[in-house]
Amino acid sequence: MRAPPRSRWPLGGLLLAFPLAGCHSAGRGFFAPRGPVAAADAHLFVVVAILMAIVVVPVFILTPLFAWRYRLGNAASPYRPKWDFSWPLEVLIWGVPTAIVISLGIILWRDTHRLDPYRPIASSVPPLQVQAVGLDWKWLFIYPDQHIAVLNELAFPADRPVHVSITSDTVMQSLLIPQLAGQIYAMAGMTTQLNLMADSPGQFIGENTQFNGMGFQNQKFTALALSPDDFNQWVARARASNTPLDAGEYAKVAEKSSVKQPVYFSAVQDGLFRQIIDHYHPVRTP
Amino acid sequence: MTETRGVWHLLLGNLTYNALPFYSAIAAFAAGLVVVGAISVFVLITWLGKWRYLWTEWFTSVDHKRIGVMYIIIAFIMMSRALIEAVLMRVQQAVAINSPGFLPPDHFGQLFSTHGTIMIFFMAMPFLTGLINYVMPLQIGARDVKFPLLNSISLWLTGGGAGLMMVSLVLGKFSTGGWSGYPPYTGIEFSPGVGPDYWIWAVSLSSIGTTLTGLNFATTIYKGRAPGMTLMRMPLFCWTSLCTSILMIFAMPPLTVATALLALDRYLGMHFFTNGMGGNMMNYANLFWLFGHPEVYILILPAFGVYSEVISAFSSKRLYGYTSLVCATMAIAILSFTVWLHHFFTMGQSANINAAFGIATMTIGVPTGVKVYDWLLTMFRGRVRFTPPMLFSLAFIVSFVIGGMTGIILATPPLDYMVHNTVFLVAHFHNMLIPGLLYGMIAGYQYWFPKAFGFRLNETWGRIAFGCWVVGFYLAFMPLYVLGAEGMPRRSQEVFDTAYRPWLLIAMIGAFILLAGLVSLFIQLRVSIRQRDSNRVFAGDPWDGRGLEWSVSAPPPEYNFAAIPTVTSRDTFAGQKERGQAYHPPKTYQDIEMPKNSAAGVVIGISGAACAFGLVWHIWWMSILGLILIWGTVIVRSFVRDIYKVIPAADVARTEARWLNHVANVRPVPRELETTLANKGLAESVA
Repeated sequence: MRAPPRSRWPLGGLLLAFPLAGCHSAGRGFFAPRGPVAAADAHLFVVVAILMAIVVVPVFILTPLFAWRYRLGNAASPYRPKWDFSWPLEVLIWGVPTAIVISLGIILWRDTHRLDPYRPIASSVPPLQVQAVGLDWKWLFIYPDQHIAVLNELAFPADRPVHVSITSDTVMQSLLIPQLAGQIYAMAGMTTQLNLMADSPGQFIGENTQFNGMGFQNQKFTALALSPDDFNQWVARARASNTPLDAGEYAKVAEKSSVKQPVYFSAVQDGLFRQIIDHYHPVRTP
Repeated sequence: MTETRGVWHLLLGNLTYNALPFYSAIAAFAAGLVVVGAISVFVLITWLGKWRYLWTEWFTSVDHKRIGVMYIIIAFIMMSRALIEAVLMRVQQAVAINSPGFLPPDHFGQLFSTHGTIMIFFMAMPFLTGLINYVMPLQIGARDVKFPLLNSISLWLTGGGAGLMMVSLVLGKFSTGGWSGYPPYTGIEFSPGVGPDYWIWAVSLSSIGTTLTGLNFATTIYKGRAPGMTLMRMPLFCWTSLCTSILMIFAMPPLTVATALLALDRYLGMHFFTNGMGGNMMNYANLFWLFGHPEVYILILPAFGVYSEVISAFSSKRLYGYTSLVCATMAIAILSFTVWLHHFFTMGQSANINAAFGIATMTIGVPTGVKVYDWLLTMFRGRVRFTPPMLFSLAFIVSFVIGGMTGIILATPPLDYMVHNTVFLVAHFHNMLIPGLLYGMIAGYQYWFPKAFGFRLNETWGRIAFGCWVVGFYLAFMPLYVLGAEGMPRRSQEVFDTAYRPWLLIAMIGAFILLAGLVSLFIQLRVSIRQRDSNRVFAGDPWDGRGLEWSVSAPPPEYNFAAIPTVTSRDTFAGQKERGQAYHPPKTYQDIEMPKNSAAGVVIGISGAACAFGLVWHIWWMSILGLILIWGTVIVRSFVRDIYKVIPAADVARTEARWLNHVANVRPVPRELETTLANKGLAESVA
């Protein structure tokens, strides 16, 4: 019997297991999903990884196997120094990856549309409208229908879709709540959109992932999925803060700073979000 | 920064003593190290009296071999700095969990920016350019590249950029905008310091040098091949060099344009990428990645070429599926221009656009997968020898497919929304660049080193280095996949989740082991130089090589080939050895005309760096003088008619006779003993 291959394969297998191990950790990433989008993403991740394994696993096995079996010292193995082509193998090594990429491509096309962040999440309840403004180094969330605003806390009713319109009043940023939905950039003078939903009440981490300066690492916020009653109370609490967010107050908020605790604003000047965007288009042709 | 006034401002621009790095002990120490290092090198060379030697034999040389070696020296120096920076960042993240750590955000931001910029532009690019420079002309049977002086100019422009990077450590602060320098953050409004200017001009010098290199290599491969060396007979390394050159020619200009427009924003108050006044940073993202994605393949393709050479040579077998590999390489080169948008799936494009670019990205997986299987089948029914270059190649194959898998994950837009901008992405591209690019560069360095210097590298230290690079890579980057899936953003100076601690500690240990890998390479070099007399392989063929580069002495004579060889098949030298036609002198020797040394490259490189330095600090006289010197040199040089020297036939005959005599008198080595002192560079023929 041949000596067992001194292989790198166990190592390789371990590595494959590493990212997948995340699936079962009670973490705060999308492998611990708390909303339909993140759950679909976690599932998609596993599907893609398994399909890829069809190409990857043979490499893990064959590399040490071939290297050891055809080592110089092993006179028992055949040696064909001039063999350099085989049509059946050629068909196989082009065909299998092509087939996998075609299947992945079909899945990709379907899921990119299904999980498009711009696509409203199907629900019997109309989505809650939130406007997010990326600032240095905090997030301002404006609730146009509730006429309140809050720094570094995004509360919403669980089991109800949330539609977030996003812009930035500084450099580019990126809004991510890993357990709920993927990220979208925030850019000054422009609006991007993100639809998300939480299945049940809970508290999640939200963050900016795009480096934007010295307070970048502190730019975290709490996403709070609440029961409808709790949400109403939360809104009431914000209204009770008695600090209206007008142009003067906004100018102060927009200055560079980090915010440790959420700051609530009891009223918001109408159209503030639009003004923040239009600020970068002084001459807007109708 | 205090304003300087009057004559001082004219002389020194914005440069004041405030530019010295006293804001942080670590930065001041690093700056001190650079200054002391530079002074010691200067003193040492003076003390040894080697300035004249360096000037005539190296700095002004237009010999592709010398230029190749100098490129790789730049790569190793810059790698040392950038790897130490990586270790600092890993230590910072491991200790800065709910605590500020020891690096302030400002310093941390500079570190990830210089680390990335250096590793891409001043480590990876010089390394691969150096290898191609050294090997490709030898492989196609040429005496030099087609434009030898241009080659020297490219080298010195890259050197100038690298020098500017080192100066930025001493004077002023570097950009904190990352290696991709995204505006508006790097615009004047948000980054008023000199940092982004350093980045812009260092990268511009390098990208201009690289564009010229691409033109040079492509021309050399199209027009400089020996008779009979048809394109489909070229070694695969030449094919990957060709594809890389084509990518350089077409991909570097968008970068030069992007950095130039950013410079116009910063210097002249224009609004290409600003927030207001009609500027739009999305244009920058598109321009940058129009360069940035092909750049990935500029980096990886030469490494693919190295693996093809190494695996075939150390399996004592023809490369499996040559045509397939050529097609795959070309396919990758073309497809690389169709996928740039996957770097910003999250910028709010429609699902149709994201899906189209996602599928285009996945398509690249097909030729890449084919290549991996072609290398596996090259080992199949071969005689595999586990030398360090081969070990690196094997580790590459296994590790690279992991990176390929995570690459496909990132190419799937919904998954990219989740892990984009997190350390998952950092783990992915390091997975492609360390086992992919760097293992290839190290394998190539170990494989061709005996050719370049005439003695083999120490095997034991090669294996130790291999162990460190492999173990270090897995420990440093596998944890980042996990943390990225957990949503940890990249570029975080401080971390707030204690659950990350064990992973970050493992990653830190990995970074130290990677540093040990680099140190092992230096020890290997030191030990090998000491033992060089017993490890000489002057006969020139220590690995039973297959390409023409092994058919000449080690090191090769200045003119490479006494007579330009005639090629009749692939694996030319292997065929010659088989047919007993190797080591046959030509009937007569002829005078050989070679390009003369020229100082033009040095002058242009230094002037370019001076111009850039002047631009950074607004020292306008220096910039103008630099520009005038560059143009002046080009004009003066165009009037120089006496640019060739002749190596007389008698000298060639003497050199060749000495070598052929040696070949006739050394004992051929069987493959089993190739790593022992018995290896004198003559391969035993396998009958």
